[in-house]
Amino acid sequence: MVTKTAAATASVPASKFIPLSMSAFLGLFIVGFVGFSHMEAVHNAAHDTRHSLAFPCH
Amino acid sequence: MLLFRNIVFTAVIAGLLSGLLMTVMQSFSTVPLILQAETYENAGGEEAGHSHAHDAAPVAGTAAPTAALAAADHHHDDEAWAPADGFERLFYTSGANILSAIGFGLLLIAVAEALGGLGGWRNGLMFGIAGFLTVSLAPGLGLPPELPGMPAAELGPRQVWWMSTVVCTALGLALLAYTRSALLAAVAILLLIAPHIIGAPLPPTHDTAVPMELHARFVNAVYATNLVFWAVLGVIAGLVREKFRAGEVEVAGSNRELAAH
Repeated sequence: MVTKTAAATASVPASKFIPLSMSAFLGLFIVGFVGFSHMEAVHNAAHDTRHSLAFPCH
Repeated sequence: MLLFRNIVFTAVIAGLLSGLLMTVMQSFSTVPLILQAETYENAGGEEAGHSHAHDAAPVAGTAAPTAALAAADHHHDDEAWAPADGFERLFYTSGANILSAIGFGLLLIAVAEALGGLGGWRNGLMFGIAGFLTVSLAPGLGLPPELPGMPAAELGPRQVWWMSTVVCTALGLALLAYTRSALLAAVAILLLIAPHIIGAPLPPTHDTAVPMELHARFVNAVYATNLVFWAVLGVIAGLVREKFRAGEVEVAGSNRELAAH
């Protein structure tokens, strides 16, 4: 999705590029932490969410 | 930075509400099925696999016999912290739902703004549906939603396939929606199907103690709840974004108007 943001930058004013990239990276970081981090405690806390959102789990 | 602040504000509101709704929907649909699957898992997986931590997954995955893998892939380490069943577990699930929803909201708004702007419930709904197709349906074709105790290939390659599929699908859908040339449409179709031609990493065996019927109900529940979740996330994001643009300078011939045509 970051790539998608970057692909559209031709039509995005430069002033928007940085805040949009920051939003996208923050979003990726949060989803990555909740859904993809290998830490056991995070996995256990988010267990039912990971299964219910069909993230690859276990 | 006003744009960033406004996007975060919008994503937090949309994520909070849609995440809470998701938690309620899950409590009636997917979570009871997960708990039911765990009873099979705990009954069938006593003899092996409980030691394999996620960090050690590749090692344990290659060393353990496939039957043990199939039966006891899922585990609850004694050392690792886990929320207690009941309220505590629901609390953490709810928090994880809301956090994921805020993260998805940030991505949805960022992509929508880059593609011309997000405004209004209908526009938000379209992006929400696109989010469902990209993040739930497309990866789910290759890696169906899994119940605890079901066999699966190693975690790392599945995560890589999942993310690649999401990126390819997002690019494909964006090309279909925002370009008009036949060549790019062909490229878009190719991007949409490429991950499925390559194929998701599969487990060595599909043997599991979890009944097929339970899994079928779970897959349906996951798709239904995720569709509603993404639709609500998109609609709320679109509505809040339209109302809340404090301090943003409107560029002449605003992007939103362009997007409407």
